[in-house]
Amino acid sequence: MPAAFCTKTDCPEVVCSMADFVRLEYDIDGENFTSAGEASVKVKRSLRQMGFDPETIRKVSVSMYEGEINMVIHADGGKATVDIYDDRIVIVLADRGPGIPDIDLAMQAGYSTAPDNIRSLGFGAGMGLPNMAKYTDEMKIESEVGVGTTVTMVVKV
Amino acid sequence: MKISEIAKLLNAEVLCGEEELDREVKSACGCDMMSDVLAFVKEQAVLITGLCNPQVVRTAQMMDMGCIVFVRGKMPPPEVVSLAEKADIVVLASKERMYVACGVLYQNGLSGGSVLHG
Repeated sequence: MPAAFCTKTDCPEVVCSMADFVRLEYDIDGENFTSAGEASVKVKRSLRQMGFDPETIRKVSVSMYEGEINMVIHADGGKATVDIYDDRIVIVLADRGPGIPDIDLAMQAGYSTAPDNIRSLGFGAGMGLPNMAKYTDEMKIESEVGVGTTVTMVVKV
Repeated sequence: MKISEIAKLLNAEVLCGEEELDREVKSACGCDMMSDVLAFVKEQAVLITGLCNPQVVRTAQMMDMGCIVFVRGKMPPPEVVSLAEKADIVVLASKERMYVACGVLYQNGLSGGSVLHG
C-alpha cells in the first residue's frame, strides 16, 4: 500500500498507522437511519485511494455496510474498526445492544427481527448476516444477551 | 445504452448528473429491497426502484452503480439527490411503474446482466 496514505487522504479517521497496518475507526450513530452507511462509504473511499482492487473493495464495503445497518436497527449504534494489512482487511463491529440469543437462527437467510418500519426502508429481509458471511472469507460472531455483540470479518486480499 | 436514452425511453426527468448522460450502461436491476440489491447485483450499472431514502444511494454506491431511476412518479427528497450528486450518480425520475419501466428498457436492449448466486 502507498506509504503516503495518511498525508495523501488527510483522513481524520486514521487513528494509527503502524509499520504493517493502517487502522480506521468510526463511531456508528444509532439514532439516525439516514446517516447509516457513512462509515462504509468512507472506508470504500480510503481503500480506493490505497489502490486495492474493486472486488476486494466491494466485499469490504458491502459487508461493513450491512453490519452498520444492523447496528443502527438493532443495537443503537456502536463502534467500527477496520485494520488494513497488505494481505487482508479485518473489520470489527462492536455494539452494546441486546445481543443475539440464537446465532444459528439469526444466520438463516430470511430470518429477521427488524421492525416493519425498517422493511419499508428496504432492509430487514433477513439478508444482512448471510450477506456479510457471503462477502467475507472469515466471519465470527460473539454475542451475549443483554451485553452486546461483536462481529469480526476478514477479507483476504 | 446511453443514460440519455434511458431518460428518453422512460420520459424521465434528470434530477442530477446532467453532464454524465452520455455514459454507456450495459445492464440494470429493478428492486425495492436494498438487501437484495446488495446480495445479488454483480455488474448492473442502473438501479430502478420505487424506494426514496438515502440508503438507496448508499446501496448504489456500494455496488458501483452509476445511475438510479426512481419510478412510479416518486420524487426523492433534495438530500437524497444531493447525496447522489456527491457520489457521482445520475438520478432520473419517471412516472412509469416498475414493471413497465423494466420492460421498456429490456425491450430496447438493456439486459439484466448476470447475478451472484447463493
